Amino acid sequence: MRVVEAQKVEKTYQAGNAAVHAVRSMDFVIDAGAFVAFVGPSGSGKSTLLNMIAGLDRPTAGRLTVLGVDVATLGRSDAAAFRGENLGFIFQDFNLIPVLSAYENIEYPLLMVQDWPAAKRRTQVLKLLDAVGMADQKDKRPDQLSGGQKQRVAVARALVANARLVLADEPTANLDHNTAYRIIALMKAMRDELGTSFVFSTHDTKIMSEAEHLFTLEDGRLAGSTAREAAHA
Amino acid sequence: MLKVLPLAVRNLARYGRRTALTAALIVIGVTAVLLFIAVTGSFKALMVGQITDSFLGSLQIHRKGYVASIDTLPLNLNMPAQLTLQVEQALRREPEIDAWSPRVKFAAMFSNFLETTSVRVNGVDPAREAATEPLLPGRVRNGAREGPLLERGQILVPTLIAAGLKVNAGDTVVLVATNRDGSVNGKTLEIRGTLESATGPGGRDSYIHIDDARELLRMQAPEVSEIAVRLRDLTQVDAVVGRLEAAFAGLANSPGRPALEVHGWQKLTPFANVANMIDLLTLFIKIVLLAIVLVSIMNVMIMAVYERVREIGTIAAIGTPPRRILLLFLSEGLVLAVGATLAGIVVSLAAVQALNLAGITYAFGQQSDIRLAARLAASEVAVIAALVIAMGVLATLQPAWKASRMDPIQALRHV
Repeated sequence: MRVVEAQKVEKTYQAGNAAVHAVRSMDFVIDAGAFVAFVGPSGSGKSTLLNMIAGLDRPTAGRLTVLGVDVATLGRSDAAAFRGENLGFIFQDFNLIPVLSAYENIEYPLLMVQDWPAAKRRTQVLKLLDAVGMADQKDKRPDQLSGGQKQRVAVARALVANARLVLADEPTANLDHNTAYRIIALMKAMRDELGTSFVFSTHDTKIMSEAEHLFTLEDGRLAGSTAREAAHA
Repeated sequence: MLKVLPLAVRNLARYGRRTALTAALIVIGVTAVLLFIAVTGSFKALMVGQITDSFLGSLQIHRKGYVASIDTLPLNLNMPAQLTLQVEQALRREPEIDAWSPRVKFAAMFSNFLETTSVRVNGVDPAREAATEPLLPGRVRNGAREGPLLERGQILVPTLIAAGLKVNAGDTVVLVATNRDGSVNGKTLEIRGTLESATGPGGRDSYIHIDDARELLRMQAPEVSEIAVRLRDLTQVDAVVGRLEAAFAGLANSPGRPALEVHGWQKLTPFANVANMIDLLTLFIKIVLLAIVLVSIMNVMIMAVYERVREIGTIAAIGTPPRRILLLFLSEGLVLAVGATLAGIVVSLAAVQALNLAGITYAFGQQSDIRLAARLAASEVAVIAALVIAMGVLATLQPAWKASRMDPIQALRHV
């Protein structure tokens, strides 16, 4: 099954009088259970592409289908509901809610987005805390956690509502190499355990080698599509 | 709503000093307004009580046109006996009425046989007048204060007139009056006592027995100039006036021309303007309070939204519905307003208690050493609380709306 299908997708911004082509006529497919990276230098269109897949932004041309839904057709509230039900997010700066503990941050999507009952919520959060190795840190607030621990909490938050697709924009950019590898390994382990598709962007050449499929972007164009074996070759 | 409340509380605690300052401002505002209401309410209640329970009554009933010419005390606008009976039947049916007193009012010359001056005479039934004006017996000075207010052949004279004509309790004086037919009659009376004015120096109102008044005016039938009515609850005066007017609608001189008029105390004394000014001042103070609440909460919530733009972007990106983001920020304003209002009410009640314990006294009219009895009615507290809380939510509406409509991409890029 395909989780993402892009057909001639374009995104053009208007910056003053000039048109900026952030994404140009892009075609690609991402299958269920994939572990995919979009790579490329800054300004190559990675974040714009992830934003469009997330339904946060709309293509100006072409068709972008995510989990069978044409995201360009979703209104503001419908897009929020779609993200809440199907997608998970991991951010470069972790973006945890500072007044909530690790447990509460992970619980947030179940409480404020999906309305899970309390008992079911608790079971699910404890399961994810355990899965990301943060069970013993569950009561700590973000400012009491290291960068790697924060990102583990963010991974758990992205997966807690049984997301079918997790989007991670530069998830390791603010982490040292060892921690970055551990986060990528954790994401991959979660993919293996839960079957969730992961799509992340990075410009870190060592991290990108961990992806099973690489889409290389240059100036908003898809410059290459490489399977993992090829990336290691 | 219940889900967002704990998060709202934590978000307020996140900026503890700012929240505390805003809450303190609201507490001070609520306390100031409630104290003002309690103190002015006490003064107003005393002032109105002094006037209505001393001479005016809660409301008065007259023949149509009497009040317009009340300064001349027209005898030709007295209520005939039959009409008085019909009025009294209607008064008996009204449960809010505590007592009423029929009066015969007229102008007369008051003489000590050496000097003469003009007075306004109130012919009253002593027992019914004392029941309708319970503070009246307390105004009697230099005379018999025990027993009935008056007996036949006696007169209560205003203190200043008694002093001016050098008469005192026990002295004999004469009243001379012209009746409706134009004949002049006189009656000798004994001064039972002198009467202090209820509202300050001055006053020319004397009191005699109603039967003496009718005899002096040579009335063939028991006419009445006015009926003063005392209500159990003075706040019901407008409602009772309305009901009595409806009840008297059938007593018309001719179709569309009612025979009677009913006036609440507010229409009969200029002191009503003082009471209205107190109400106006209270309204003004309330508006100032609401402005303080509006500005302080709006300021704190605008800052909260501005400082949490990335956080708003995050929760929007992970799928939080816009209405829930709106609710989250509205809850913060609500919690702040409710918490500060409750604290303000507690402080106000304590301050009112302290004021009453301090035993502050003041003077009104001829009375001094009136003890301040500040009190807050539950309804007044509820109104202020509801206004402040509503204003708190209103002040949060714009920042909360802005947060809920924020573009997640722009918000996530915010530095």
